Amino acid sequence: MKKEVVYLAGVFLILLFVLGGYIYKNQQTKKLGFLSREHAEIFVRKHSPTLGSDEAKVYLVEFMDPACETCRAFAPFVKKLLADNPGRIKLVIRYAPFHDGADYFVRILEAAKKQGKYWETLEVMYQTQPYWASHHNPQPELIWRFLPGAGLDLERLKNDLNDPAIGQIIAQDLADAKTLNVTKTPGYFVNGKPLVTFGDIQLRELLEAEIAAQYPR
Amino acid sequence: MIHSGKTSPTDWNLLFLCWLLAGISTLGSLFFSEIMRFPPCILCWYQRIFLFPLVFLFTTGLFSGDKSVARYALPLAAAGWLVAAYHNLLYAGIIPESIQPCSQGVSCTEDYISLFGFLTIPLLSLLSFSLILALLLILNRRFGR
Repeated sequence: MKKEVVYLAGVFLILLFVLGGYIYKNQQTKKLGFLSREHAEIFVRKHSPTLGSDEAKVYLVEFMDPACETCRAFAPFVKKLLADNPGRIKLVIRYAPFHDGADYFVRILEAAKKQGKYWETLEVMYQTQPYWASHHNPQPELIWRFLPGAGLDLERLKNDLNDPAIGQIIAQDLADAKTLNVTKTPGYFVNGKPLVTFGDIQLRELLEAEIAAQYPR
Repeated sequence: MIHSGKTSPTDWNLLFLCWLLAGISTLGSLFFSEIMRFPPCILCWYQRIFLFPLVFLFTTGLFSGDKSVARYALPLAAAGWLVAAYHNLLYAGIIPESIQPCSQGVSCTEDYISLFGFLTIPLLSLLSFSLILALLLILNRRFGR
């Protein structure tokens, strides 16, 4: 009899946990849906770099950190998603530089943007990330060896690095990341809907569902 | 014989209460970290280290009806209580932030939730450890007689 009480209470608690989780996630999705309708700027700021057609109806917002390995691993996958759905997806990059010293790389990216070499620089950064972002021995200075590969004017880049406007961009993006409860990178939102369970297949499914909704056959 | 043999119905109920408290706290803390995605700070992790095993200890105790569980669980609950007390002092600003051990990563004094305006996560932890500790002290005293 006593054992049954423990079993019952245990099952009840776990059910409560699962149900609570379900309700919470539903609420979050609703809240984010509201935010994306009423406060779209939280997802896409004016300063945010974007890739893809302006006509695209599906916005893929990625909160990323240039020093994050998973962001690097996802980059080719996101690229393929864009290529597979030409003109339909717009990629928006937001910064969530959670790694120590990752601000530095965001600064380089933003300075490169002024030279119109943003995506080239990001590509170079991801490709060379293992050299400069090793966890036991990060060597941010090593990035400078690789930056010429993006066709950058390094002198100009160095001058632009300390632009206070870049600091404001980072602060704004971090504030938005907090509002949207992004605590890990990469954090994805598709038209305001968060990627609830993390994974490449899940991201593809989320995107495809939104594409199907926005582009009915 | 002190601290051995089977529990009486009252003892069992008290132990069951301990188990409930530990179980609710464990699931609650997992809810905060896994569902609400609050990253646990270092002090939270130490409290979790002392909290999570209690669930298994109490479960075994409830099934076997073995009195000694109260004695084995006591150091865990006491250690957890100490960390929780320290965490609350930090949170309240009584111990200055400068000597907190978690300057990197997640801040131990960041405000995540406060229910009814005062019930923060560290306070919930302290409350739970206090209740468990009190119940265990009562149980140990009963068994000591």
